[in-house]
Amino acid sequence: MSATLDQIQTGVQFLSADEAVKKIPKAASIMVGGFGFPGMPRHLSRALVEQTDIDELTLIMNSLGSVSTLNALFEQNRIKKVIGSFFSTNKDLVKAYREGKVEIELLPQGTLTEAIRLGGAGIPAFFTPTAAGTDLAKGKETRVINGREHVLEHSLTADVAIIRAHKADKAGNLVYRKTAQNFNPAMATAAKLTIVEVDEIVEIGELNPDEIMTPFIFVDIVVKREEV
Amino acid sequence: MSGSVKHYIAWRCAQELQSGVVNLGIGIPTLVADYLPKGLVTLHSENGILGVGPEPDPNEFVVDPESIELVNASGVQPITALPHASYFDSSLSFTIMRGGHLDATVIGALQVSETGDLASWAVPGKDVLGVGGAMDLVIGAKRVIAAMSHLSPKGEPKILPECTYPLTAKNRVDTIVTEYAVFKFREGRMYLVEMVDEISLEQLKEMTPASYEVAEDLKVVKRESIGDPVLV
Repeated sequence: MSATLDQIQTGVQFLSADEAVKKIPKAASIMVGGFGFPGMPRHLSRALVEQTDIDELTLIMNSLGSVSTLNALFEQNRIKKVIGSFFSTNKDLVKAYREGKVEIELLPQGTLTEAIRLGGAGIPAFFTPTAAGTDLAKGKETRVINGREHVLEHSLTADVAIIRAHKADKAGNLVYRKTAQNFNPAMATAAKLTIVEVDEIVEIGELNPDEIMTPFIFVDIVVKREEV
Repeated sequence: MSGSVKHYIAWRCAQELQSGVVNLGIGIPTLVADYLPKGLVTLHSENGILGVGPEPDPNEFVVDPESIELVNASGVQPITALPHASYFDSSLSFTIMRGGHLDATVIGALQVSETGDLASWAVPGKDVLGVGGAMDLVIGAKRVIAAMSHLSPKGEPKILPECTYPLTAKNRVDTIVTEYAVFKFREGRMYLVEMVDEISLEQLKEMTPASYEVAEDLKVVKRESIGDPVLV
């Protein structure tokens, strides 16, 4: 089957950030990309904070720094639970946790990323040696495999992923830049609705197929980041 | 702990690392980079880079959308990339770590036990809201070098029969480097392999409640004066 450039339609939508976050349902589980600053969907985060009728959220993200835009969600009491690996330095989150307003599920970072990768790959659980014999394995099934103790961890999927990439083409294929990949490619595969913000949108054919890092099949909505 | 002591520990860790791929934790381990043989050791950082270079020259660094996308595992500190560097996502980064591909990691420690258990992420009685990549790093690296002050800031021993703080991993420490001594784990036993000449074996034992044997080839060394003597 052949197709010319003007015949290609992948179904990926190109919306504004405000339009995109309106698609997020109440009480959604949301994966948020980023490792520190790089790869953090800052533009979509701000739109989510401003869309105040979306609450009872579960966030799945590696860490949340003390200056993140998303911190406003704790002040607004819109977060039910956070799953991730590092939240110690976030005063707003620590406060909400101590007041019993937010539940925190702590996972080792490698377990978190593998849980997301396998969630996207359709594998529901896995054994890892990480955390065996530690407090983070308490209450979890363990098994000795090849003479070593392993912990059963369950994979993660989400209703929505909000992620960041460097460029998208008009089909929805993505490329990332430098250390801004981090959790974004795996999260794109593990959510029912994947919304990505990008610096730049290019024509189909401008990205080298060998260099596309997330194929459009994992992408639902592309938002071009406005200068902030 | 003074800056010069930290630099001594970092320098001594670097003597253990003459080739291969290494991940350096935060704290003293970060300083190890300054003492590694250039080009022979490649640094991995779990946020997705193999081939970490030095921090950029602050006089030349320009903050722009591209430059801020290259940082170390703190998530915010800008770095440079060496000519052979590659970038990748978290899945591949932890495949490198958990999959046993790193030759070594140098990690800070709150406590290490005589069986090589490591406690590095949590203190009893405090909220434990962050673990990061430490558990995966320690479980996967071929060698785990614990870089630590010999005593806590309160003067309490940190090398113990058993850790009293929550564990990061069991039986994974290969080498302990402090400002006074180097211990190695060989076939499940802990050995004192090196100590500085400014203390006696008895003084060291007093600071080190863990049971260990003195290696036959124990080296007694003069502590090198390393780095900036100004407090850091």
